[in-house]
Amino acid sequence: MFDNFDALLLARIQFAFTVSFHFIFPAFSIGLASYLAVLEGLWLKTGKQLYLDLFRYWLKIFAVAFAMGVVSGIVMSYQFGTNWSVFSDKAGPVIGPLMAYEVLTAFFLEAGFLGVMLFGMSRVGKKLHFAATCMVALGTFVSAFWILSVNSWMQTPTGFEMGANGQFLPGKSWWDIIFNPSFPYRLVHTVIAAYLTTAFVVGGVGAWHLLKEASNSHARKMFSMAMWMAALVAPIQIFAGDMHGLNTLEHQPQKVMAMEGHYQSHPDGAPLILFGIPDSAEKRVKYAVEIPKASSLILKHDLNAPLAGLDTIPDDQEPPVGIVFWSFRIMVGIGFAMLGIGAWSLLARLRRKLYDWSWLHRAALVMAPSGFVAVIAGWITTEVGRQPYVIYNLLRTEDAASPLAAPAVGASLLAFVLVYFAVFSVGTWYIMKLMSSAPHPAEPGVKRTETGPIRTAGITPGPTQNPGGTQPVPGNEGEV
Amino acid sequence: MDLTVIWAFIIAFAVFAYVVMDGFDLGIGILFPTFKVGAERDQAMNSIAPVWDGNETWLVLGGGGLFAAFPLAYAIILPATYPLIIAMLLGLVFRGVAFEFRWRDPRHRAFWDFAFTGGSLVAAMAQGMVLGALLQGVEVSGRTYAGSWFDWLTPYTLLTGIGTVAGYALLGATWLVWKLEGDAQSHAYRLAFRSAIATLVLLACVSLYTPFLDAAYFDRWFAMPSFLFASQVPLLTAIIAYFLFRGLRRKHEASPFWLSLGLFLLGMAGLGVSMWPYVVPDQITIWDAAAPERSQIFMLVGVGITLPLILAYTAWAYWVFRGKVGQDGYH
Repeated sequence: MFDNFDALLLARIQFAFTVSFHFIFPAFSIGLASYLAVLEGLWLKTGKQLYLDLFRYWLKIFAVAFAMGVVSGIVMSYQFGTNWSVFSDKAGPVIGPLMAYEVLTAFFLEAGFLGVMLFGMSRVGKKLHFAATCMVALGTFVSAFWILSVNSWMQTPTGFEMGANGQFLPGKSWWDIIFNPSFPYRLVHTVIAAYLTTAFVVGGVGAWHLLKEASNSHARKMFSMAMWMAALVAPIQIFAGDMHGLNTLEHQPQKVMAMEGHYQSHPDGAPLILFGIPDSAEKRVKYAVEIPKASSLILKHDLNAPLAGLDTIPDDQEPPVGIVFWSFRIMVGIGFAMLGIGAWSLLARLRRKLYDWSWLHRAALVMAPSGFVAVIAGWITTEVGRQPYVIYNLLRTEDAASPLAAPAVGASLLAFVLVYFAVFSVGTWYIMKLMSSAPHPAEPGVKRTETGPIRTAGITPGPTQNPGGTQPVPGNEGEV
Repeated sequence: MDLTVIWAFIIAFAVFAYVVMDGFDLGIGILFPTFKVGAERDQAMNSIAPVWDGNETWLVLGGGGLFAAFPLAYAIILPATYPLIIAMLLGLVFRGVAFEFRWRDPRHRAFWDFAFTGGSLVAAMAQGMVLGALLQGVEVSGRTYAGSWFDWLTPYTLLTGIGTVAGYALLGATWLVWKLEGDAQSHAYRLAFRSAIATLVLLACVSLYTPFLDAAYFDRWFAMPSFLFASQVPLLTAIIAYFLFRGLRRKHEASPFWLSLGLFLLGMAGLGVSMWPYVVPDQITIWDAAAPERSQIFMLVGVGITLPLILAYTAWAYWVFRGKVGQDGYH
């Protein structure tokens, strides 16, 4: 049924689909793992039950999200070989070792300590358990370090030599490969994005429960913590994004031209096109709403600085403009909306109305999934923006694919689409079910028994009545 | 000994670690429907819930390590076994999420239990068939796979696939013998006995079939002087099989699991005899496929530092959850 399709296009769709779906989960779990470490640390430091309750509440959600991240991540580690074997053969000597380091220093760390983090509190004690939580959080960050180094090397390759057999070979210094020019910017921008994404999820869940019960102290605490993140980190992210953009202008100017919609060169100051419809056939942005010279101001810090356009680039080396133009605007728009929520929350805090302004809570609720949209839009911008290359200026995407027939790629794509939508929709539904139940005192941990809260061993007390709520909850202290 | 040989052993170690560690997880998945709904199934799953994720990570090291140390082999083997790899990955998706999802949704627990078994079965079968497809040979032209996308489907690969399923079931059953008590344990003993017989029969079939696939295999097994070394593999297998059955009859709790691991180790040794020094049999040697020395050295530093640590904290995690699973899960 896929005989009339282009195998290359199907392989590209497959990679885009599987990696986009996958990245949703790490974008959440990188931030959430750190948040859990902070909550457990605060619990150990202050001894307040509230923090342990919040820890347990989010731990259950983390368990589900992490499982989905793991299974969709394993797919990625094999996609290089199955669908991009020519790329794997050529780039393997350079990026393979970085990915091996990711497995050795990050994946094992996360997976090795996850079991203790989820089920081990009563077996190892509080302090060792906290150490395990920190190791999982560290693992998520180290993983981001290596994989973003790989991605950045593909965008801004440095430190390599060309082998006689057509392979990219490592040069004298691995430092030049790992810390390639775009890597520090991409790392900072992506990790902050993950923190913001998580903060807005936590804030949205807090807001939802505040709207239902304004006096819920657990909801208040998580909302307050999330809003601090929004207020402090959203401005940093906008600054980091600007720096990343300037770095892209230096190393991948075509990408910035597509982001800005600059089909033409502007020798004396380029306008900032706010909105419009890019038309690549006519090589112009229709119905453009623009601010004169503002793009030169942002990119060159000079109103009259000349900016080259796509007219300086041969047609077969240009990225698709429309997708990049729009995904960039979605990302930036959400970034500024996050900034707005952060500022609004500061105002509310100043007036001592943080838990009372229901319109702020409603806005935070609407913004809960915004981080995911922004993160995916950002990745679309950077990945589509580097086309038609998979290794920038050196290996074209069309020369990197596996020698597979279209029916093979099409059938596997169809299988991925069906399975991912079914499995991950259900998983997301379970997460939302967990989020919809209010956090409450003596929050139970990750449950693994059929028999409910009563333990057969007889050491732990039976169910006790929750003084603040209506549900019976277990009173066992060590359970996580 | 050169770096390429060291790397071949590191990859072989990662593959072996994966096969035995996720092998018992997948085996439990395969045997899952034979356990009673309720406490028995919960215990079977709880016995691996804290460790399955770490076990599966060895698959990423095996694949990622092959990519890094032998990129050419990675670039040929994966397209050659494309549908199998995709099936394995999708199987692992269902198997992995079932660990969490079955607890989140009691009304659909039966479905997620089915997904747990189905995913485990598909992944095990696919892994065994990938091995068979590799051993029966793949078509290579230049630096790429040159066959079509169903070359891997033959009676031989079906045999290696079923053999792997049986072997994983043996690992799973002996693990459960170790971790369970009472009726559930008695059931695990029966399963271990049956899967041991199936494993040994299928292992014998594969071992007899393989030398006749290719004259080079035959020579490596039966020509002097390699015969002197190679013949130890079936001999040791017979000895281990004897002790395995004896252990099961005398209701030993831990030894059946370790002896089953021994069977897999010997299977790995037999594989080594057949393939060495090829990574794609009779086409690509480990030296043809090897990454350049700079990549090998850089990664060897990483492996030298991290692998002992990984083994240490993995052992610690197993130690934390040692002993019988009990009725109440891990709390």
